[in-house]
Amino acid sequence: MTSAAPLLAVRGLNAWYGEGHALHGVDLEVFAGETVTLLGRNGVGKTTTLRAIMGLIRTRTGEVVFDGADLMRLPLHRTAHQGIGFVPEERGIFATLTVDENLVLPPVVAEGGMSVAEIFDLFPNLKERRNSPGTRLSGGEQQMLAIARMLRTGVKMLLLDEPTEGLAPVIVQRIGELLVTLKKRGMTILLVEQNFRFASRVADRFYLMEHGKVVAGFPVGELTNRMGQLHDVLGV
Amino acid sequence: MTMIFGIPVQALLGQLLVGLINGSFYAMLSLGLAVIFGLLRVINFAHGAQYMLGAFVGYLLLTYLGIGYWPALILAPLIVGLFGIVVERLALSRLYDTDPLYGLLFTFGLALVLEGIFRYYYGVSGNPYAVPPLLAGGTNLGFMFLPNYRGWVVVASLIVCFGTWALIEKTRLGSYLRAATENPRLVQAFGVNVPLLLTLTYGLGSALAGLAGILAAPVYQVSPLMGSDLIIVVFAVVVIGGMGSILGAIVTGYMLGLAEGLTKVFYPEASNLVVFVIMAIVLLVRPAGLFGRDA
Amino acid sequence: MAGLSRRETSAGTPAWLEWTLVGLGIAALLVAPFLVYPIFLMKMLCFALLACAFNLLLGYTGLLSFGHATFFGGAAYFTAHAVKVWGWPPEAGILLGMAGGALLGLVMGFFAIRRQGIYFAMITLALSQMFFFFCVQAPFTEGEDGIQGVPRGMLFGVLDLNVSLNMYYFVLAVFLIGVFAIWRIVNSPFGMILRSIRENESRAISLGYSVANYKLGAFVMSAALAGLAGSLKAIVFQFATLTDVTWQMSGEVILMTLLGGIGTMVGPIVGASLVVGLENTLATSGFPVTIATGLIFMVCVLVFRRGIVGELYARLLKRQGKH
Repeated sequence: MTSAAPLLAVRGLNAWYGEGHALHGVDLEVFAGETVTLLGRNGVGKTTTLRAIMGLIRTRTGEVVFDGADLMRLPLHRTAHQGIGFVPEERGIFATLTVDENLVLPPVVAEGGMSVAEIFDLFPNLKERRNSPGTRLSGGEQQMLAIARMLRTGVKMLLLDEPTEGLAPVIVQRIGELLVTLKKRGMTILLVEQNFRFASRVADRFYLMEHGKVVAGFPVGELTNRMGQLHDVLGV
Repeated sequence: MTMIFGIPVQALLGQLLVGLINGSFYAMLSLGLAVIFGLLRVINFAHGAQYMLGAFVGYLLLTYLGIGYWPALILAPLIVGLFGIVVERLALSRLYDTDPLYGLLFTFGLALVLEGIFRYYYGVSGNPYAVPPLLAGGTNLGFMFLPNYRGWVVVASLIVCFGTWALIEKTRLGSYLRAATENPRLVQAFGVNVPLLLTLTYGLGSALAGLAGILAAPVYQVSPLMGSDLIIVVFAVVVIGGMGSILGAIVTGYMLGLAEGLTKVFYPEASNLVVFVIMAIVLLVRPAGLFGRDA
Repeated sequence: MAGLSRRETSAGTPAWLEWTLVGLGIAALLVAPFLVYPIFLMKMLCFALLACAFNLLLGYTGLLSFGHATFFGGAAYFTAHAVKVWGWPPEAGILLGMAGGALLGLVMGFFAIRRQGIYFAMITLALSQMFFFFCVQAPFTEGEDGIQGVPRGMLFGVLDLNVSLNMYYFVLAVFLIGVFAIWRIVNSPFGMILRSIRENESRAISLGYSVANYKLGAFVMSAALAGLAGSLKAIVFQFATLTDVTWQMSGEVILMTLLGGIGTMVGPIVGASLVVGLENTLATSGFPVTIATGLIFMVCVLVFRRGIVGELYARLLKRQGKH
């Protein structure tokens, strides 16, 4: 798969929060069908990287090319239409919308997405509670909903920010199974994750971030050899 | 003659009807303010001027083009709504990153200009606008005589309020609106054109004011000043209801109209003041407003 | 709220500029009545004091009041009534008006500080409209006619205010005292706390300040000084009418401050002079004043939110920074 052009290519990405310089030239590539995990301590810029790719942070420089489209030039609301979906860390479930409404909120951007019926087959819990306000769901259900609503849109790639944060182990396992299912369906995923065990089970490749930069990249096979380095950088 | 608390029933019902009519306008206007504020975080001071504009569009259509009430009922909100869209594109959209008070000050200036222009050309005295023939006359309800047009205003305002509520609470467009009120950036990241949504929302809010204006034309005189006095009362209504809820804005509008009507029966001198007094009491008891979610 | 007001710069303040301007300004005002109609100058000074009082609240506390006409016009009524009907001397009438303004400010502030931002503005506007309706109906304001023919009287029993220059220098003295008082308030420890509330209200709360009391204090002071301006105007023009308690008047004060520069000491004075001057010019031209004021509002908000003086400071600072 490395022979083809990457689906997402990020080169020299810088980003600022107000005066604060948060990213100092991030380089990374994600190929179609891959699941890639960004590792790093709190505050090294993992979330910022996802938000800057998506265009949620506008004070940014560098290059972000997705599927041949230059994302740097697009207004925020055109980005998703290139086929890229974002699941934020805080999940972004809307309190004034029902589960159903939350599910169909993101516009369909391409063919090949799942139908609402298919999604409900995958997430029976959500179907049961389809008419209750989105924020009445449990944390795990909200996370499921946050991912589920992207599946309808037909995006080729998901940016997932800490999907397991604060969830019970049994839910984490279910989310892991879900990501594997998505991968089998051909979904490309860029994942930010603190839960190292979880990440090592779903990812094909890893990038390690420090001080707003990517400092290393390696496939899952090298994981055992890299444990020393990871231990130093992550403290795991 | 039947009496309640020493007041003839006819007089009581008559004033309640007047209160209900006023309340209909309070409800429609505070609804529009709440819709705009919810998404744009702008208090639309020009709302009263846009209401006046709606009435004047109706009056001018009739006077210069011979276009009557019913087409005007569509055209006036459309024209005022388009005007709102232009205002949002040219000016308000540049103010979203600044303190919300600048939006208030800008629309205040806009209200002064609109009012000034119509005052310059049409003076301060009102111009009558005839009730459409279909709704002329009245109906004897047995206990009171109801002018048909006033009955229509109540019905129409209920339709408008319910329609807007349903648009926001029950449709897909409405779900975009609600979601964008909560987190506009995320909704935009999902691929919804939020800047366009903001423009349309201001257009919709302005159109609601225009519609209220054309509905008001046959009830009150069409005058350049008709909006500015009303808007301040509507601000008080909005403070009382809190702008967190569409339904809250509607209910508060009708309630305060009725409260005003009742005051006219029992203590006429205070009828101008009662809404403000209620506002003061609500601020003491429930500072966030009756339906307020944002303190 | 911080975005509304220009931060008074601490280091590198163009203080020399401000003092030079103040010196030149006072000198100009001392000779002005020999060059310009004193009545116009006095009108300007009354409104300048009003705008400065308003700016104490908006510029230094971050509260946008849409109800300052209540204090201005209300105090004018009190003073006019005391001087004309009770026969009080002018200085007593002015003090009464000022006290009345403070009292009205206490009542309005008590309700308004319960909400913030935009709601604060709407509440002050609504309460001010309520006071307007009260003035329409209350017998002592003499309704649509207003209180006419208020005698200027003898100041402290010795100085005849009917002499135009006496009146002028009295107004100038009161204006300077008022502005000096505002300057002292702003630069006192109390003023520092007000600014910290403006910059970050929740932080001020967490530091243990009873923010509500400080806000109310600032509101009452601002109202008292606005009342002083109104009382003065009643004596100068010898009448008090409904015009001064309308919401349009409250809007005009906001415009003066916005145009001159929110949160600058000199800005409101410049803004008031320009607006009063413009209105005098327009009064003879037939062009409607409301359209002009409305347009200035829109232009100010869209293109120079710092106001004239604020913009001047910003340019100067920029130039200094480049050296």
